[in-house]
Amino acid sequence: MIPACPLASLPRGEAFRLEADPPIAVFHTEDGEILAIDDTCTHQDASLADGWLEGCEIECPLHASRFDLRTGRVDAPPAKRPVRTHQVVVEDDVIYVVPSDEEPNLPPGVTLKGQA
Amino acid sequence: MNTVCVVGASLAGLLTARALRAQGYAGRLVLVGEERHRPYDRPPLSKDFLRGAVGEADLALEGEGEELGIEWRLGVAATGLDAVARRVTLSDGTSIRADGIVIATGAAARELPGSRELAGVHTLRTLDDARALRGDLESAKRMVVIGGGFIGAEVAATARDLGLDVTLVESGTAPLAGVLGHSMAEAIATLHERRGVRLMRGAYVTELTGTERVDGVRLADGTHLPADVVVVGIGAIPNTSWLEGSGLELGDGVVCDEGGGTSVPGVVAVGDCAAWFDPAQGDHHRIEHWTGARQRAAVAAATLLSGGTARPEPARPAYFWSDQFDIKIQFIGHARHADSVTVEEGDLADHSFLAVYRQGDRPVAVLGVNQVRLFTRWRRHLETAPVQAG
Repeated sequence: MIPACPLASLPRGEAFRLEADPPIAVFHTEDGEILAIDDTCTHQDASLADGWLEGCEIECPLHASRFDLRTGRVDAPPAKRPVRTHQVVVEDDVIYVVPSDEEPNLPPGVTLKGQA
Repeated sequence: MNTVCVVGASLAGLLTARALRAQGYAGRLVLVGEERHRPYDRPPLSKDFLRGAVGEADLALEGEGEELGIEWRLGVAATGLDAVARRVTLSDGTSIRADGIVIATGAAARELPGSRELAGVHTLRTLDDARALRGDLESAKRMVVIGGGFIGAEVAATARDLGLDVTLVESGTAPLAGVLGHSMAEAIATLHERRGVRLMRGAYVTELTGTERVDGVRLADGTHLPADVVVVGIGAIPNTSWLEGSGLELGDGVVCDEGGGTSVPGVVAVGDCAAWFDPAQGDHHRIEHWTGARQRAAVAAATLLSGGTARPEPARPAYFWSDQFDIKIQFIGHARHADSVTVEEGDLADHSFLAVYRQGDRPVAVLGVNQVRLFTRWRRHLETAPVQAG
């Protein structure tokens, strides 16, 4: 379990980029849910935390593929592969992320720092 | 509706096919493509693909395991349309009768006269074009790029990054001035010059020189620019000649209403070949940007399936991106409506800034250069309060 940020520092509609390897984006939706996915778009190196949050979907800031924060599923090209989702725990007003143990779907040219 | 034929197997064609399925169409779906390739993404062709950073498999547009129940007819061109009978004739002598037809044949690179006879002269539109250019770049030292639009500016940047001596010939004041306006285009031009691209502004090409292989470019003022490889990026022409005599109304592209409906019921058009009516601008025009094709695919599918009764959502302002060197350029709106442009964040000289174009007090366009997060906020602002005609 990785501590991400205090709950109070992530208002609704905002995102936080957690510098894990690979980075994880934590979202606080307008409906009050807190959800975490891999931060890197599976198409090209872009931070989804910089994207456009609408409901439970985040639109990549560069090329507008949308990912479902609950399932990681992508809606349309140019991205083709889903992002991983991560479990979120809120304890004592701190947001924690439990990283997925699946393999991440990273875009061409992006590797894990541990493998660089 | 039992059979839909989508003519054109690129982004617009594939996404319209996908949208038809998503909107409940379960009948026969035929997708005709002139190229032999499955649908692929074109933007990387002038950048990461040309540089060798991504391969052909990375360009595929279909999702992994995606099964749309499509009958593929690749490697055949549509040669004619009987719009009344809704029959598409193909280059292999066969034809397809369909209840609904989607025209998504795109646009072809405009060429310079005489350029086909000379080796080393390229246009860049298709995967095969990009393969050929990439092959030539391996041995080339000097490149001349003709035309400072997106293709020209991107190819010049990529080739410069690969270490070539690059000259970009632009007939206007600066590359991209038409879309970005003069002051912001100047900032991008400075970037190119600083990275070593030689810019020839206000210059016109009169001749490609060489016998079997190109050896240079002659300008109207007599200047001769030596080159081993020349890229011609002077715009695109909609692929609609196969529709002549079909009864479909044609202008600069297939003339469509704001939902992609053509002058013939049961026929819609989408992508670079289609000139949709734009209520905000009050005219028909083609949008050659990637995002335009993507946003319009679902609308065209709804128009076709509803028999033209579906009411499309108001069009979003045009958004495009371009990557040049390590610079991400993002733009939304129409610069030509603006009477002022101000840098709101960053600095032109640092190549990291955000500029807002205004008509009076109202933002009508936004340019982001390496300002991804801030640009997204502005983009949302403009898309949720759509730009109106001035």
